[in-house]
Order: sequence, then C-alpha cells, then structure tokens
Amino acid sequence: MSARRRPWGIVTVLAFGYAFLYVPIALLIIYSFNESKLVTVWSGFSVKWYGELARNEQLLTAAWLSLRIAFASACGATVLGTMAAYVLDRFGRFRGRTLMTGMIAAPLVMPEVITGLAMLLLFVAMEQLTGWPEGRGSTTIGIAHTTFATAYVAIVVRARLKQIDRSLEEAALDLGAKPWRVFFAITLPIIGPSLAAGWLLSFTLSLDDLVIASFVSGPGSSTLPMVIFSSVRLGVSPQINALATVFVVTVAVIVFTAGRLLTRRDRPRPASRA
Amino acid sequence: MTVSALVARIRARRSARPRSWRARLVAAVPMVWLLVFFLAPFLFVLKIALARSRIGIPPYEPLLEWAESGLLQIRLNLANFAFLFEDPLYTSAYLSALQIAATATVICLAIGYPMAYAISKVRQPLRNMLLMLVILPFWTSFLIRVYAWIGILKNEGLLNGFLMWLGLIDHPLPLLHSAFAVQVGIVYSYLPFMILPIFAALDRMDPTLSEAAQDLGCRPFEVILKVTIPLSLPGVIAGCLLVFIPAAGEFVIPDLLGGSNVLMIGSILWNEFFLNRDWPVASAVAVMMLILLVVPLMLFQRWQERQEDRKA
Repeated sequence: MSARRRPWGIVTVLAFGYAFLYVPIALLIIYSFNESKLVTVWSGFSVKWYGELARNEQLLTAAWLSLRIAFASACGATVLGTMAAYVLDRFGRFRGRTLMTGMIAAPLVMPEVITGLAMLLLFVAMEQLTGWPEGRGSTTIGIAHTTFATAYVAIVVRARLKQIDRSLEEAALDLGAKPWRVFFAITLPIIGPSLAAGWLLSFTLSLDDLVIASFVSGPGSSTLPMVIFSSVRLGVSPQINALATVFVVTVAVIVFTAGRLLTRRDRPRPASRA
Repeated sequence: MTVSALVARIRARRSARPRSWRARLVAAVPMVWLLVFFLAPFLFVLKIALARSRIGIPPYEPLLEWAESGLLQIRLNLANFAFLFEDPLYTSAYLSALQIAATATVICLAIGYPMAYAISKVRQPLRNMLLMLVILPFWTSFLIRVYAWIGILKNEGLLNGFLMWLGLIDHPLPLLHSAFAVQVGIVYSYLPFMILPIFAALDRMDPTLSEAAQDLGCRPFEVILKVTIPLSLPGVIAGCLLVFIPAAGEFVIPDLLGGSNVLMIGSILWNEFFLNRDWPVASAVAVMMLILLVVPLMLFQRWQERQEDRKA
C-alpha cells in the first residue's frame, strides 16, 4: 500500500515490541558476567558464576533427570500425538471424534495447577487400586508430560497433514499398497519435519514445566525447574543468570539451525502443489 | 461433476469404509491414553472435593464405604465448597485473579495487535525472521523469563536505578510485589500467544479487500478500523483466550512477582495443597476454577474445531 512512504509507524512498533521481548533477556545475559554477588550492581567482568554453576551438584543432577524425562516424554508424545492427528484428519466422522478434539484442545489452555492436581489424584487412586505406580517420581512426571505434550504434537502434525497433497497416497493405495505401508513409505516422510518440530516442542515443554512436575513428583526426584524455583524463591543469584545464558544460547543455536534446515528442504517444493 | 468434487466423494467413501483392526487400534491408543490420563483425573478431582480431609496417607476419607449393615454408603461432603464461600479470602482471590488476567489480556492485545500487524506488512525473508524472534523466547525457560523481571523491578533493581539516574524519581518505587508486577510478568510471558494467532488471521486475509476499500475512498486509518480489524477478529479472540485462561490460573508469576501482596486463585490452590496439605479443599478450589473457566474453555474448543474444519 504505502510502498513509497517510509513505514515509520511499522518500524517504531517493531522496535518497541522486540525491545520489550529481548531487553530483559539481554540484561540477564549481561549480568551473568558480573563479578559482584549483587545481581544489579556492576563490579567487573568475570566468568566465575559459570564455574560455580558447573560445580553445583544438585543442579546438575536435576538437569540430567529433566533431560531424561524430556527425552522419554517427547518420544511418547510424538507417537501418540501423530496417531491422534492422523485419526482426526483422515478417519472422517467417527464416534468420539468431538471428545478427542476436545481432549486435544483443552491441555493447551488448561491452567497447570489444575492439570497437576488432577494427575496426582489419579496416580494416588491408581496406586490404591492396582498398586501401580509405586510411589511417585520420574515415571509419573514422564506420563504427565507425555499427556499434555501429546496435544501440542497433534496440533502441529495435523496442520501439516492438512497441507499435503493426498494424491500420492491415493496412487499408492490404488496400486495395491496396504494402508500401513502407505503411511510409513509416503505419509511419514512427507510429514517428517512436523514430527521433528512436535518432538522438539514437547522436549522443551517438558524441560520447562515446574507446576505439573511439582504435583506428581516424589521425594528424590527434583527436576531442573523445581531446583531453579526454590533457589529463585530465596532471592536472585548470579548462578541463575549464568544458567539462563546457557539456556538462551543453546536454544538460539538449535532453533536457527533447525530453521535453516527446514527452509532449505522446503524450498524446491512449492511448484509441485497444484 | 468437476474433478475436485469427484475426488472429494471418493475420499469420503474411502474414509467411511469399515476399518480393519489395525486402523481401530491406531484410533484407540491415543483415545484411551487421553481418556485415562487427561479426562479421568478430573473425575478424581471432583470426587476428592467432596471428601472429608483427614491426617494420613492419602489425606482424605473414602467416599464409598461398606456400612456395618452391609449397605454401600456414600458420604458426600459439601463443607469444602461452603468453606470457600464463607472465607472472603477465596472470593477475593478469585476476583483478583480474573481482574489481573483480564487487564493483562487487554495490555497484551494492545501490544500484540500492532506487532502482528507490523509483522504481516514486512516482506519475506525478514518476516520469517521476525516470526522466529517472537517464538524464540517461548523456547527458553519460562521460569527464567519471569526471574529476569525480579532483577528489573525490585527496589534496588535496574528500572528504579534507571529512573533515579534520569532524575525522574528520588527514591525507589515499590514496583515488585504488586499487581502491576504480576501483570507485567503475564504480558511478557504470554505475548507470543497473542501475536501468533492474530498474525495467522492477518496473513490469511485477502489483501485486495483493503486495496478495494482504499480505492473507494477510505483513509488508511479507516481501512484498518473497518476492514482489517473485523476480518482479524477470530485471531483476536483466539489470542485473548490463549492468554486469559492460563493467566487466570497462573501460579509461578504471582508467586515470584506478586509475593504475599497479590493473591491469585492459582497460588491459593498451590498453598492449600503444598503448605496446608488439605487435598479436599485444594480440589474444591480446582473445581470452582474449572466452573469459572468452562465458558472460555468451550469457546476456545469451538474456535479450534472451526479452524480445523475450515482448513479441511
């Protein structure tokens, strides 16, 4: 529309918006290199907090536990979520479809305190009735995370399933391939990137969750967010700033690499769609 | 009959065919998982909310009991709910949660809409880059993003230091541990959830519509008001629900940024459970929260379903 005129309005909005999003993160990173224990008083450049972070046994144990739980629940959620997405997209109308859509949509907005409490009460009741799960810990956290991450995977994969050209699958079916073979040989390779995106999303969601994990965890199974939370509650600590920097840098590297890979793969494709 | 209509009919017949046991299994596995681990737990919340609390493991009394006469006895206890209404603490926590979440949603919209609009006006590949930058903070730890604001808002924090350096104030403002701090935290954490659906709606919009409006004599401002905003309304509604519902039940943000000055219902539930160890009252609080949120939740689900059907 306003191709001639310089869009100052748009530039201002974007500048302020992104400043709001990124200044707090930038401040966190800057002050992680502060020598002083007082987070907000600058007293000189130092990397000593990174050293302390690397020696913090409790934090490292929790991080390792969190990574294992996140890996397992991301895998589980990717399988379940892809199945749910496939069923919702390809099976047409079937009994229970509305219920399933609801159970996929609700976890996205359900307040975490409610989900966490509900899960815990279920596990307690199950243990009373069947003796399983014995106590609570990484298994129950993993189940809880798998459940809510399934919803996210289903949304991501379903969006992709909707876009793809179905004539390839139909051709394979017409040529006599069994439906499961068509799925593994044709559908899965096409929707692969969205599965990867869903897996990564589940992984981060699990790694990031404090509330649900606090409800369903047991003694001796503190995840990384639980350790961070209890230390943050005691006050600001430069170690958390150092940890934040590690997080931000790792995530930025992964997201940008993944983004580059995905766009490179997608580029030669658009012409093929009618 | 056009080719596409024919294809649609063939597809419909194909998906209506009786299914093999394998296909049934594919549908059953996620269904059963979600029923057991997502839906069933809510029944337990309702059940425990009606139970009496006791000291022991688990800290509630059973609802069903075999009485001495051999009859199955059901003991429902509504005292937990009565308790929530008697104590003004709970009512005010509900109201303040709704109020804080609503204010934060409006602020989110005020910041998010112009941002989504601006992003939709930018050309590729810069646009993809900007979108990625909106999502990026969401991938870093939520807890750490909230933590960042403690350092900014506290008395000897960066914002107060900056304002004093400018000479605008001469003693620090008590910014942290206030409803304001909680709202800032919510807006900051949930902003991507507002921007993305609005952007999606704006992106889907046919650009010729606003061009036509302009050709017919609308000023740029009028075009936004009369064409762009009404057409992006579904995105706005989705964004508001995605922010409001979880924000109303938020626990981490009021706990870290609001301290003991701001009581939200999510923190009440947490404290009843973790500090008072009163599971029945915590469950009753959860039930009340669900009742309160059920209308926005159903709205969200309706929107989600329509979204899926339209794309199909």
